[in-house]
Amino acid sequence: MSLLKSREAILALAIVALLAVIASRFPAFITPRNLAGVLTDTSPLILLALGQMAVILTKCIDLSVAANLALCGMIAALMDGMGVPLPLILLAVIALGAGLGAVNGLLVWRLGIPSIVVTLGTMTIYRGAIFLLTGGAWINAHQMSDAFKAFPRTVVAGLPVMAWIAIAIVAGFALLMLRTPLGRAFYAVGGNPHAAVYTGISVGRTQFAAFVLAGALAGLTGYLWVARYAVAYVDIAGGFELDVVAACVIGGIAIAGGAGSVVGAVMGALFLGIIKNALPVVGISPFWQMAISGSAILIAIAFNARANREAGRIILKQAEHRT
Amino acid sequence: MSILTKALTTAAMATALIAGSAQAQDDMRIALVVKALGIGFFEAANKGAQEAAAELGGVEVIYTGPTDTTAEGQIEVINSLIAQRVDAIAVSANDTDALVPTLKKAMDRGITVISWDSGVAPEGRLMQLNPSSSPLIGNMIIKLAADNLPEGGEVAVLSATTTSTNQNTWIEEMNKVAGNYPNVKVVGTVYGDDLADKSYREAQGLMQTYPDLKAIIAPTSVGIVAAAQAVTDAGKVGQVNVTGLGLPSEMAGHVKSGASKSFAIWNPIDLGYSATMIAYHLAKGDAKAEPGATISIGRMGEVTLDDNTEAAMADPFVYDASNIDAFSSIF
Repeated sequence: MSLLKSREAILALAIVALLAVIASRFPAFITPRNLAGVLTDTSPLILLALGQMAVILTKCIDLSVAANLALCGMIAALMDGMGVPLPLILLAVIALGAGLGAVNGLLVWRLGIPSIVVTLGTMTIYRGAIFLLTGGAWINAHQMSDAFKAFPRTVVAGLPVMAWIAIAIVAGFALLMLRTPLGRAFYAVGGNPHAAVYTGISVGRTQFAAFVLAGALAGLTGYLWVARYAVAYVDIAGGFELDVVAACVIGGIAIAGGAGSVVGAVMGALFLGIIKNALPVVGISPFWQMAISGSAILIAIAFNARANREAGRIILKQAEHRT
Repeated sequence: MSILTKALTTAAMATALIAGSAQAQDDMRIALVVKALGIGFFEAANKGAQEAAAELGGVEVIYTGPTDTTAEGQIEVINSLIAQRVDAIAVSANDTDALVPTLKKAMDRGITVISWDSGVAPEGRLMQLNPSSSPLIGNMIIKLAADNLPEGGEVAVLSATTTSTNQNTWIEEMNKVAGNYPNVKVVGTVYGDDLADKSYREAQGLMQTYPDLKAIIAPTSVGIVAAAQAVTDAGKVGQVNVTGLGLPSEMAGHVKSGASKSFAIWNPIDLGYSATMIAYHLAKGDAKAEPGATISIGRMGEVTLDDNTEAAMADPFVYDASNIDAFSSIF
C-alpha cells in the first residue's frame, strides 16, 4: 500500500498502462528494438530534465536550456566545420554550456534577479547569438563530418551511444543527488532556505551550481541533438524548454523546490517521450495530440497538488472541517 | 480601378518620357529591392536580373535592400530610390501593408512599382509576380513522387503545422489532381510542426505505420530535411524516396546519399529575371498591368495577370543529382 503512495510507483504504473494502450493499437511499438529507439529519442529530454530538476529543486527555473542547447549545438557544428576533432568539440560544448549556465547562475546569485526573468532574457540572447554567429544560415548534413554524425548513432551492446550517455549521466546524477554534499544542498536550499543558511549552506552558491550543471548538460545535449538530426539552425529545439519543465512536473519535482527524485525526473521524461513517439503511429489526429500532452501535464500537477495537501499538518481539526 | 491604373501608367510613361528627354543617354534604371542583402536566394535573383538587363540592353539594375529583414529598412531604401528617380522598383516585401504608403508615393512620382516573391497589398503595386501558383505546386509535389514510382505505391505527406496556410493550400491542390496519378496512393498526412525533431519522429512513424511506403512528400524545408535524415537512419534509402519542397543548400547531402531523388523549389535566378523583364515592359509602356493582361518575360515565356493583378511565373524548378551542386552554393 505504501508502494502505491509513492509518486514514482504511480508514474511507473501510468507508463505501463500507457504502453499497454499503445500496444493494443500498434503492437510493434513495444518490441525491444522500438523501445530502445524511444529511449534514444528521449535521451535529450532526460538529460535536460535532470539539469532542470537540480535547478527546480533550488526554487529556481531555467527557461534558457533549449536556447543553450541550440547555441552549443550550433557551435559544435561550426567547430566540426573547422576540422576540430570530436573529443575537443565535446569538451568545448560542455564547457560552453556550463559557462552559459553560469551566466544565469551569477545573475540569480549576485544580483538576486528572479530566475524566471533572468532565463527568459538569456533565452532570447542565446538564440540571438546563434543568429549573429551564422546570419540565419543552416548547417546541413553534408557540411558535417561523418565522425561527427556517427558518434551518437554508434551501437554499443545493443544501444546507441546517445542512450548510453543518458544512462551513464542518470546514474551519475543519482549518485550526486543522494551521496554528495552538493546534491543534498540542492534539496536543503529548496526545502527550507533559512534552515539551509543556518547549516552553513550558501543559497546563492547552490543555485549557481544548479544552473552550471543544467547548462553543462544542455551543452552536451546540444551536440547530441545536432549530430542526431544532422542539421543546425537558429530555431532547433524551439519550445523544448517547456517539454523539459513538463517532464519535471510530471516526474513529481515540486515546482516550489525541495522535493523530487532522479527516478521521477527520468520517468517524467520517458512518459512524455513515449507519448511523443507513440502519437505518430497510433493514428490519432494531430489536433488531439497537443490536447493529450497537455492533459498529461495537468493530471500530473493535480496529483502533486493532492499529495502536497495531504502532507500538510492539520493543527485545528475542527476549523478544517468547518471551512 | 482600371482608370486609375491607366492614369498611373500614363503618368509613368509621361515621367519616363520627361526623364528620358532630360537624361537622354541614361539607361533605364530598375531597382531590385530585396528583403535583406546577403541572402543567397536574393543574390541569385540579382544574377537573373543582370541576365535580363544584358539581354534587354540599355537597362541598369540597381540591386539593393536593407541589411536586416525589416519593413522600416525597406522604406528607407525605397525613399532613397524615389529621390534617385529610378524608372522602376521591383520589391520583395518584408511586410504586406507597411510598404504601401511609400510605394504609393513612388507611383505618384511616376515610378513603375511591382512586387515579386513576397507581395505587397494591391494598392501599393501595379502587379505581383508569384514564383509559382498553388495549383502548380500541388501538382508538382505529387508529380515528383509519381515520376520516381513507375510501378506506383503508397506515399504520405509530412506537412508543417496543421494551421500553415501555404502547406494546407498546396496539399489541397495536390489532392485535387491526385486522380491524374492513379498509381500513387496518398495514405495519410502528418504534421511535423516545422520542428526538426517532431518531423523526424513523424517520418519514423510513417515508415512504421506503412511498411510499404514508397515516398514521403514534405512541402516544407524543415520537414524534407528531417524526413530524409529519418529515412537514412532507418536504412531505407532507395526504398523510401523523400521529395517535396526544399532548398538546394540544405538538401545537397540527402540528394547525394540517395535519400531524396529530386525535389522542387522556385528558381531564384528565373524569378529575378522575370521580375526585371516585367518591370522593364511596364516602365517602357509596352505592357499594361491590368487583369487579364499578358506580359512577355523573355526566355520564360509570358505571364497572365489574374483579377488581383497577380501572376504566376512557372512550375517550381526541379533539383536532382544533375544540378544540385550548381545551386547548393547559391541558396
